[in-house]
Amino acid sequence: MLDLLQYEFMRNALLAGLLASIACGIIGTYVVVQRIVFISGGISHTAFGGIGLGYLVGINPVLGAVFFTIPSALAMGVISRKTRLPEDTAIGILWAIGMALGIIFIGLAPGYAPDLFSYLFGNILTVPTSDLLLMAALDVFIIIVVLALYKEFLALAFDREFGRVVGVPVEALYLLLLCLIALTVVILIRVVGIVLVIALLTIPAALARQFTYHLKRMMLLSVLFSMAFTFGGLWLSFQLDLASGATIIILAGVVFLAYAGISRSLKKTYAVQR
Amino acid sequence: MADEVIRLEDVWVYYDSVPVLESVHLVVEQGDFLGIIGPNGGGKTTLLKVILGLIKPNRGKVLVLGKPPERGRKSIGYVSQTNLFDRDFPINVWEVVLMGLYGKTGMLRRYSAEDKKMAEEALKTANMLNFKERQIGKLSGGEQQRVFIARALVSKPSILLLDEPMASVDPTMQAEFYELLEKLSQEMTIIMVSHDISAVSIYVEEIACLNRQLFYHGSKEISPETLQTTYKCPVQIITHGTVPHRVLKEH
Repeated sequence: MLDLLQYEFMRNALLAGLLASIACGIIGTYVVVQRIVFISGGISHTAFGGIGLGYLVGINPVLGAVFFTIPSALAMGVISRKTRLPEDTAIGILWAIGMALGIIFIGLAPGYAPDLFSYLFGNILTVPTSDLLLMAALDVFIIIVVLALYKEFLALAFDREFGRVVGVPVEALYLLLLCLIALTVVILIRVVGIVLVIALLTIPAALARQFTYHLKRMMLLSVLFSMAFTFGGLWLSFQLDLASGATIIILAGVVFLAYAGISRSLKKTYAVQR
Repeated sequence: MADEVIRLEDVWVYYDSVPVLESVHLVVEQGDFLGIIGPNGGGKTTLLKVILGLIKPNRGKVLVLGKPPERGRKSIGYVSQTNLFDRDFPINVWEVVLMGLYGKTGMLRRYSAEDKKMAEEALKTANMLNFKERQIGKLSGGEQQRVFIARALVSKPSILLLDEPMASVDPTMQAEFYELLEKLSQEMTIIMVSHDISAVSIYVEEIACLNRQLFYHGSKEISPETLQTTYKCPVQIITHGTVPHRVLKEH
């Protein structure tokens, strides 16, 4: 694998994996402990509308995705808080509209969209340097916000109502968190694609949770797990000649299920011994 | 009137046109220890949330220390129903208690040395300092309740609101728990709601019954008739050992 590093696309792929892992480890931790996996799935799918828009108006589709994920994140947050519409209904509606708009925009765009598939399922081997810079900038932004508002986000996640009583602006913070999820989705699109984003937002954090009861350590661990999954999955996809994004997810899923199975059977053995 | 801490005037709250609170009038004075009992769904939690400004009443006036609840609640320590939180949440006792200081510390700031000292004191008062590093979900119901009381006390409030504080406390621990409340009642006004009549102990000085409407009594001698109106069914008054002197007088 080391000799592969002489290729720029490989260096970019590893760097993309690293940058994506930072974002999804930190934000994924909030997604998992706050149980907002489904809303994150909704946000990621609306990104497809932005990809289509990018093709249509001729800007970087990943940048185009930002213009869709942020408004849809805000819309889902506001609709679920301020209206009578159940949250999952709002998510379902925006999810589908985002995807449909994407298809229409791409249909309107002149010519054929060659790498559409890579946006849906990711292709870490084709990440251009410009996207790496965008990913790095978003990572820096996410880290700064989470460092600055760590105790606020903790109050929001653990006990929203108590937070309100002691003066935490929980409504605004919740919208901010959804926006951070929207940015993380954008970072992850190149690596695993819109459809698979949700796996990297949940599996590393869910696994990290098995090992620690500290939120900060959970974030750190899930960044590490996420790196292991992306690098390991990338290597496997090379060896087996499989799609990189899907291989990363399969590796993560298999490791998680194996761990869950092992810890379960260990607990059983332990219980029998006692 | 100077020592009046909470005032509710003709407060009505509806959830979808269904009234939850009907014309509630309540005046709580400084140092009071008020127990509010009533059946589940009788509006007890709603009443506390109205006092905290978390729910805006559809009609009526709410004052906390003479101010609207959003401003007055700085002086309130709130202990919500503990059975509602996620037991697996990655947070330890120390972090939970510090959360109570948020209003003092403020946004974008770190907890100061003084904050940490206050958190330590609050944990000491609740007798939970030794559990400081423990994950909150790993504690027993009674221990969790003590942590949440420490979190409510840490900002040194003058009013304490407790929502079903006995629900998760082991029966053998209840006496000890009441002692803690009694100690606290020397220093602050306490309002405690419960669906469990036996939870209203000797320490509670006054009782009100709530089932959409509030029936307020000057003392804790409560008549079976009132209980029946509140619960809409005959209620047996039971006393037991942990609350030896609480004999509710019959009419």
